[in-house]
Amino acid sequence: MSALGRVVRAGVGRRRVQTAVMILTTLMAVTASVLAAGLLVASQAPFDHAFAQQHGAHLTGQFDGTKVTAPQLAATAHASGVTAAAGPFRTLSLRPRTTSGSDPLPAGADLPPMTVVGRASAGGPVDDTVLVDGTWATRPGQIVLAYGGLPLRPGAQLTFPDLPGSPTLTVVGVARSVTDTAEAWVAPAQAEALTAQGSTATYEMLYRFRHAGTDAQVAADRAAITAALPRGAMTGSQSYLTVKLQAVANTMAFVPFVAAFGVLGLLLSVLIIGIVVSGAVGAATRRIGILKSLGFTPAQVVRAYVAQALIPAAIGCVLGVVCGDLLAVPVLGDAGSAYGAGSLTVPLWVDVAVPAAALALVACAALAPALRAGRLRTVEAITVGRTPGAGRGRLVRRLTGRLPVPRAVSLGLANPFAHPARSATMAAAVAFGAVTVTFGVGLALTLGAVQSGRMLNSAGSVVVATGGGQQGPPGAQVVHVGGEPDAPKADPAEVTAALRTQKGTRGFYGTTQAQVSASGVTGATTVVAYQGDSSWGAPEMVSGAWLTGPGQAVVSTRFLRAAGIQVGDTVTLTERGRHVSVRIVGEAFFTVGEGMELLTPTSTLAALGLDSQPSRFNVETEPGTDLAGYLASLNASLDPTGAVAFANTSGTSDLIATMDALVGMLTLMLVAVAGLGVLNTVVLDTRDRVHDLGVLKALGMTPRHTVAMVLTSVAAIGLLAGAAGVPIGVALHAHVTPLMGDAAGITLPPSAISVYHLPDLALLALGGLVIALAGALLPAGWAARTGTATALRTE
Amino acid sequence: MTASAPVIDIRDVSRTYGEGPPALADVTLSVRAGEALAVLGPSGSGKSTLLNLIAGLDRPSTGSVMVDGLHVDELGEAASAKYRRAKIGMVFQFFNLLDDLTVTDNVLLPAQLAGMPRAEARTRAGDLLESLGIDRHARAYPGRLSGGERQRVAVARALMNRPALLLADEPTGALDTASGEDVRELLAELNADGQTIVLVTHDLGLAESCATRTIELVDGRIVRDVATLTVNR
Ligand SMILES: Nc1ncnc2c1ncn2[C@@H]1O[C@H](COP(=O)(O)OP(=O)(O)OP(=O)(O)O)[C@@H](O)[C@H]1O
Ligand SMILES: [Mg+2]
Repeated sequence: MSALGRVVRAGVGRRRVQTAVMILTTLMAVTASVLAAGLLVASQAPFDHAFAQQHGAHLTGQFDGTKVTAPQLAATAHASGVTAAAGPFRTLSLRPRTTSGSDPLPAGADLPPMTVVGRASAGGPVDDTVLVDGTWATRPGQIVLAYGGLPLRPGAQLTFPDLPGSPTLTVVGVARSVTDTAEAWVAPAQAEALTAQGSTATYEMLYRFRHAGTDAQVAADRAAITAALPRGAMTGSQSYLTVKLQAVANTMAFVPFVAAFGVLGLLLSVLIIGIVVSGAVGAATRRIGILKSLGFTPAQVVRAYVAQALIPAAIGCVLGVVCGDLLAVPVLGDAGSAYGAGSLTVPLWVDVAVPAAALALVACAALAPALRAGRLRTVEAITVGRTPGAGRGRLVRRLTGRLPVPRAVSLGLANPFAHPARSATMAAAVAFGAVTVTFGVGLALTLGAVQSGRMLNSAGSVVVATGGGQQGPPGAQVVHVGGEPDAPKADPAEVTAALRTQKGTRGFYGTTQAQVSASGVTGATTVVAYQGDSSWGAPEMVSGAWLTGPGQAVVSTRFLRAAGIQVGDTVTLTERGRHVSVRIVGEAFFTVGEGMELLTPTSTLAALGLDSQPSRFNVETEPGTDLAGYLASLNASLDPTGAVAFANTSGTSDLIATMDALVGMLTLMLVAVAGLGVLNTVVLDTRDRVHDLGVLKALGMTPRHTVAMVLTSVAAIGLLAGAAGVPIGVALHAHVTPLMGDAAGITLPPSAISVYHLPDLALLALGGLVIALAGALLPAGWAARTGTATALRTE
Repeated sequence: MTASAPVIDIRDVSRTYGEGPPALADVTLSVRAGEALAVLGPSGSGKSTLLNLIAGLDRPSTGSVMVDGLHVDELGEAASAKYRRAKIGMVFQFFNLLDDLTVTDNVLLPAQLAGMPRAEARTRAGDLLESLGIDRHARAYPGRLSGGERQRVAVARALMNRPALLLADEPTGALDTASGEDVRELLAELNADGQTIVLVTHDLGLAESCATRTIELVDGRIVRDVATLTVNR
């Protein structure tokens, strides 16, 4: 064993480049694989765990009390497929106002509407909520807040100024519901009392089903319930899968592309380790013969060569696990804290299973050439010289010799044909590099498109703010959570007039926002209301069309999924007893506000009795307008109105920045490994040809010609493999990006998926050439510097 | 005769490898155009080292090496390659032909490296192969040829660019007696036509039959330097 150990050590130590390449390639592959698997597993765990522990509701249904009675609802617990149910609970949509000041919320702040549920106890067969703080509300005057909502603690007080007599409730507890079934809870009698005057009763039911693994199963279960009730009784519902999607979406969006990098990395590792070990065997034919003549068994030889690959691969695996775990920290972030799971890490079994799988792959890759070494006949190994198979590629040499190019170039051109297998592996390494670069560049372009499309207010180069903020009822003092009261608004009519007369204005539209309840969606929905011709500033449409008239709305894929509706369906918006139905005319791409905002004309807000005056104008200037001059002039004319114009700068997303950094890093690593694969092959080739190089130099070949010859020998491979890799990279990108969108619950617009243009593709195809040349440059230099006299002595 | 400048002018040259004793020590040597110099000496005496220094393949540790008015020891890598192309033809003991090129392509290499026009190079190669009596192997690969034939190909390749100096390191070392005789005659004829030759050999017979002058190296020093008087001349 010690003899074997020494042989292995000598082999590994002697080939520093190859050892480094093997460590790097496994490092890269394991990093990406651990990260992908870790994110996939770790991000699901907290929700799944909390859902199981709290018997989370598979479906939360909202019902219209004018169409269905409480006993009818209670009977749905026996609908087919239902295994447990809770409710019916009274629900109310109420606008609270703080009465006691606390750190983030000053006293007297008007807050967006919240869904309050009347429920007798924290526990139950479904949605067994966890009290995080205080106690449950059992008596009138008490309220329990949902964890993660209002930043208030037990003892704080809320009043409800919209209700007769402005009742005041005291916060007695904070509870966590895994599927967000309410934003606050009160005792049933209290809910009853708050509903009393005139307004219609609404109810909530919570269900668990026998089969609820997929969207289709949940939809079927939902259908069974609605079938048992009068038409239109169910006004909305929320599947736990939607809640889970929103909980894990940001993390899950990483999985498809990181996994793609992981697979690319593993394949590249197998390839490179195969190249390295077969190269080592090829170069050491004589050595193997000597070892065998000294009494090494074939099995020992095989083991020695497999070990030679496994030792650096194991080092790469360990480093890869560390890197993968570290990279997972910023990506997973505090995804777990919402469920009290603390900060998330990659599970231990992933840290063990992934490198074990990688090592097994590496061992297989090394085994094939190692077995060849084991089978090598001793006599042959000793007697056959170092350059077997010199007869190959002669015809090509003869043909290229006739080409009207410098001899160094024609010699280089013929080179790949002398070792077809070696050239093929080099081509594969370059192709991998080209695939990776194409894929990585595509991802960056997609993320860039998502970045620019995700905001709603990035249209136009100028923004005019009237000074108003989030909208409350007319005349109400409006407070941002954590902010100061806003200054009174400028008159939008005056702003509009100023914009019209301002030279250089090409177009503008106004927007304002309000928070109302929307059917099918729990909690408050932010409505962004548009006034004027907004077609030029519309978000990118995925399907349907942009707003063209009153009664219309546009939402994102996430909203459609959350509400369980499609384009063409209607959504009912409710604000203090007033209902307005809007028809969804289009599905747009944007992610601001978690993609849950509803876009509609300002007339919708007016119909709900809300302030519909624009608080912000997005302005497009004529092409060639000097922005600074425009702003100065516009601000001068806006000065009396109190509105301010400024340049439109939209913020960047942390999530996209993290993705961009990760894509860049993984691309660089893979390309570096591909380049090292080329380097390694050229090193082997140069070592084989050192004697011929000596002869050529003795005949007067200059170092520059030597470098040119070596570079030519890889250039053709680089070009071909690069050209072959680009379409594969494009296909991979076309496959992976929609998956990223799906994982994040959004539909990417075509512009974010078809990101490649012909000139880019041509450049990317040249990327293969660059990788090949970069990889060959170093060994070409070595070849040029090899001492001629020394080279000639090795006969 | 004495008026012509020396083709090779070596002054006080030493070459040491690492810690060991010098491979060449204080060698001073000058070779005139038209001379055929045989370098004799036991194994390890520095013969190949001397040849490598003249070819610009190696650099002296001290001293200077001038060939045809050029400071060979001061040339950079590229310049020394160009110098070899233009001025030097080399013949080795083990031929050093490229196995995957045909005989003609091997012979053409120096001309191609020097950028000689194609047609001219082809004609010259054809002439050389014919005059060396190996034109019938022009399209063969070196592996097929006998040792003597291979060495003739090597000589043809060395002469391709009409070098001022032909360097041969043990050209008959790997050949049997008959093939050796062949090469010996070839070199003698070339010298008779005016080709300057430096010839490293163990073979006293070779030295006597085709050298006009013989030096002997022992432990890197010239211990003997005599004119060879051949009957043929
Ligand atoms: N590259 C080198 N590195 C170290 N030592 C060298 C090198 N080249 C030559 N030597 C040493 O220099 C001495 C002279 O070598 P050289 O090859 O010139 O001898 P030689 O006379 O040609 O011998 P032979 O007749 O065996 O070819 C020897 O001792 C040799 O070991
Ligand atoms: Mg020698």
